[in-house]
Amino acid sequence: MKIGPNEVEYVAKLANLAITEEEKNTFIGQLNSILEYVEQLNRVDTSQVEPTAQVVYAKASTESMRNDLPQVTFSQEDSLQNAPSKGAGHFKVPKVIADR
Amino acid sequence: MDPSETRISRIRASIEKGEISAVEVCKSYLKSIEERDPQIHAFIHYNPDIALAQAAQIDKRRAARQPLPPLAGIPIAIKDNILIEGQRCTCASKILENFVAPYNATVIEKLSSAGAVFVGKANLDEFAMGSSTENSAFFPTHNPLSLDYVPGGSSGGSTAAVAGQMAVAALGSDTGGSIRQPSSFCGVVGLKPTYGRVSRYGLVAFGSSLDQIGPIANHVEDVALLLGILAGKDSHDSTSLNVEIPDYLAQLNADIKGTKIGLPREYFQAGITADVHSKIRAGLKVLEDLGCELIEINLPHTDFAIACYYVVAMAEASSNLARFDGVRYGLRIQGNGSLTEMYRQTRDLGFGAEVKRRIILGTFVLSSGYYDAYYLRAQKVRTLVKQDFDKAFEKVDVIVSPTSPTPSFRLGEKSNDPLAMYLSDIFTITANLAGIPGISVPCGKNAQGLPIGMQLLGKHFDESRLLNVAHTFEMAGGFTV
Repeated sequence: MKIGPNEVEYVAKLANLAITEEEKNTFIGQLNSILEYVEQLNRVDTSQVEPTAQVVYAKASTESMRNDLPQVTFSQEDSLQNAPSKGAGHFKVPKVIADR
Repeated sequence: MDPSETRISRIRASIEKGEISAVEVCKSYLKSIEERDPQIHAFIHYNPDIALAQAAQIDKRRAARQPLPPLAGIPIAIKDNILIEGQRCTCASKILENFVAPYNATVIEKLSSAGAVFVGKANLDEFAMGSSTENSAFFPTHNPLSLDYVPGGSSGGSTAAVAGQMAVAALGSDTGGSIRQPSSFCGVVGLKPTYGRVSRYGLVAFGSSLDQIGPIANHVEDVALLLGILAGKDSHDSTSLNVEIPDYLAQLNADIKGTKIGLPREYFQAGITADVHSKIRAGLKVLEDLGCELIEINLPHTDFAIACYYVVAMAEASSNLARFDGVRYGLRIQGNGSLTEMYRQTRDLGFGAEVKRRIILGTFVLSSGYYDAYYLRAQKVRTLVKQDFDKAFEKVDVIVSPTSPTPSFRLGEKSNDPLAMYLSDIFTITANLAGIPGISVPCGKNAQGLPIGMQLLGKHFDESRLLNVAHTFEMAGGFTV
């Protein structure tokens, strides 16, 4: 799998990362050598193997779940403490729906 | 108290007996930071007033003849990806440069109750991504034993603080070796607990199925004491487990005669430098003389472990770092006024190159069309890596290897080749993939005076055995072979 400028641009868009032309060019080389290295995973026979998402619990286990009851967590004030822009108890952000 | 005393129990005993006050101990470490940190740069930020106030509380309790808790007055450095309420937590990133933690990590609550003094927030590779602490957005940390050399990473600030005598102990985090490797580069003891042994609540997440917080100190006994305080189920962390906490200190001195030590054939083939080889052999001789039996074992999927680790870790990182978008906390760059531009500009300017690289790769391996080929496949290889260890531990009690194939390297030497940097993690990443505990202990120094580390790996929740063998090794002179 070879990565070119289009793939990097597409993935950067998915990741909400604006990257410069210079960064794109550096990344293409580095990403390709890393991906080439990672290709060797295809040499392993995994046809009979289950994936491991986490090492702690058996698949069907629910012992880590708590009861579905509301709890006091964070106050609104604490939550807004680091807000770059806030007002009326909310986080303020630029317009979500674009003007046409 | 002897000013060169570094053992927690002895410092605490001196405070308890009234030989020295907690404030005096704190002041001497703050002075050490003032004098040495301009060369070492182990700390991103620290607040002497807060530390002295914590120490004063201990003195107040002693004056009132109240019993002193186990870490009373002990100065501890905390990696700056662990939240201390009211203090900045930067993760060594511009995107969190001015972020103030709104709550305490569970480990911080536990250390506070035990009377610890938080002497400063230690430097790290940005968001814990790196093996040299050169990826910090602010400045690199220098190895206290040789200032042109790296302390290792990502917990390089934590290990440098302890090795540089600016803290008695430290907390680090380990996702692929980030406690163990810098401990080996700095000549200190560092433990990554079993996954689920210590709560991750309040640790800024990098690889949620891999991360663990762990203790760093000069002596195995101190690491054992700290683990006993940090361990335990936490309702805030559903991946923490309700497993009994052994009395790690009580078991330190058990006889290790007859312990079966596994030496993975694949690890001893993997490009280890001559100095590392020679010191590890010397260390293994110490263990043999103590009555341990050395047995060659196989970990057949070792070759695939790095590829597996990097796919899994990058995928999880890309997901975990999606929250840094300029909306609720951290840096915000307005951009041209649209929401999407705000996200993109904030993240482009806020994240460093290594972080961006991993987010791009992580997003790629999770994206539609590639998920099965990369991420799912890596998860399956992960099962095989874990099974290698399950099978090995049927034959042996502990697995030993070098912590790193090389000792420390010069600042700047590896920073242009990210893949080369990744390959040096070969001995440490497998423990994170399998979830098993691992400890690095000093095992001599090379001709240039650079420390070499020996790693011991154990079964899930078998930290007692690891600490027992490591402590016995220390007492037999293993650290200075």
